[in-house]
Amino acid sequence: MVTVFGISLPALMGQLLIGLINGSFYAMLSLGLAVIFGMLRVINFAHGAQYMLGAFFAWFLLRYAGIGFWPALVLAPLGVALVGVVIEKVLLSRIYNLDHLYGLLLTFGLALVIEGLFRHWYGTSGQPYSIPSTFQGAFNLGFMILPKYRAFVIVASVVVCLATWLLIEKTKFGAYLRAATENPTLVQAFGVNVPRLLTLTYAIGAGLAGLAGVLAAPVYQVSPLMGQNIVIIVFAVVVIGGMGSIMGAVITGYVLGLVEGLTKVFYPEASSTVIFVIMVLVLLVRPAGLFGKE
Amino acid sequence: MTEPLLEVKGLQAWYGESHVLHGVDLQVHRGETVTLLGRNGAGKTTTLKSIMGVLRKRQGEIRLSGKDLMNLPLHHIAYAGLGFVPEERGIFSGLSVHENLLLPPKVAEGGFTLDEIYHLFPNLAERRNSQGTKLSGGEQQMLAIARILRTGANILLLDEPTEGLAPVIVQRIGDVIRALKAKGMTILLVEQNFRFARKVADRFYVMEDGHMIDTFRADELEGRMDSLNETLGL
Repeated sequence: MVTVFGISLPALMGQLLIGLINGSFYAMLSLGLAVIFGMLRVINFAHGAQYMLGAFFAWFLLRYAGIGFWPALVLAPLGVALVGVVIEKVLLSRIYNLDHLYGLLLTFGLALVIEGLFRHWYGTSGQPYSIPSTFQGAFNLGFMILPKYRAFVIVASVVVCLATWLLIEKTKFGAYLRAATENPTLVQAFGVNVPRLLTLTYAIGAGLAGLAGVLAAPVYQVSPLMGQNIVIIVFAVVVIGGMGSIMGAVITGYVLGLVEGLTKVFYPEASSTVIFVIMVLVLLVRPAGLFGKE
Repeated sequence: MTEPLLEVKGLQAWYGESHVLHGVDLQVHRGETVTLLGRNGAGKTTTLKSIMGVLRKRQGEIRLSGKDLMNLPLHHIAYAGLGFVPEERGIFSGLSVHENLLLPPKVAEGGFTLDEIYHLFPNLAERRNSQGTKLSGGEQQMLAIARILRTGANILLLDEPTEGLAPVIVQRIGDVIRALKAKGMTILLVEQNFRFARKVADRFYVMEDGHMIDTFRADELEGRMDSLNETLGL
């Protein structure tokens, strides 16, 4: 059997695949966080709760309306985006003139309330959500078995990240976003409705978290704790990539997922801390993050 | 005389608790180039920002073609026909020259086409794919002006367009303003560079300590030089 540094190839590739799957979620979630922070300067601690909401909305749709995975892939993120609109309009829009700390505290409190409510209603054991029938089974690649749904998650995450990047870099809406990140008052003086742009941006960020949640539902259990578990890592990813850097968030998300997967193979004891060790090192050497502007 | 295009009456403005404009009156007629003169801190830029609505803590009356601008949200004021070129130019580093040009939405028909803009500012055409803030100071100023010409705004508010620029660039900006005047554009200009302003303005207002202390036409300038010397420290 082929081995790499004494590890069998299927075992190594299996861990790399898990790393890539995790990285796909890190990338999608940190992308949403970066978009929100770049425009609103809000450190959105409710992002994990919005990811969890996406998964729960998909589960609600299936359980109470018999609506399956594919429609849920559109409807659940839209639902989370709508929740984002309400949060931005009712709460966040009142604190833009205050220190960033208030946004962090507000969204942290929101996350606690949302997750607390879901824990109260549904407990912590988690709800099952089956893999859509199209993606039952696996590809045999010879050196490893690749479950079809996991392959779909990786492709979907790349497509989502690419589409978001295109939206921001190549469209008029994206140009407004990039300009308003630098000087919102001047952009508004040009006639752009910046308050609406802020609402839309938060809704898009929340919607991305919701989409990641729907994609995650068949991989992990639909649980009120799923957001808490991932959001801290995602914040580390955003800090390493550089706060507000879209490209930084995406690349760092995938790379750190792989690094985490490799660590599980070669030094499993460090696999849950490796990302935070990297964060400390990056902050020491490059405080603005790998892709952030000094 | 016809109705003014822009009319400001009793304009007062505050930065926080600090009262900086004390009842400013001014009028700009269609096709005119009007210059606000005054020393540093006289309130010229504040007047422009208050008219544009960038400075929100203000009172008084601001009308454009008779339409009250005072209570409009900032993003509606541009659609009334005001085009703003700020003192710091406001070129976006995250956007290319071309993207900077296309950024402000069209607020009315009749703005310059891209071809006309690139003809008027050939340097911008050559560097259309460069990052906006990689341009020289003069080119950035051209870009800031060009950006507004596209929108169809019927009055330009230019805040210190020559500040910090080399004489040859100042001359070029003067040529551009004269070209715009020839096209019938209405301009309200804030300028400390009196030698520049006297070559382009049809009418002047003089400000001191947040008050409008004098106004006169270009043909009355010679008779005011002594008082201007005293007020502006020329």
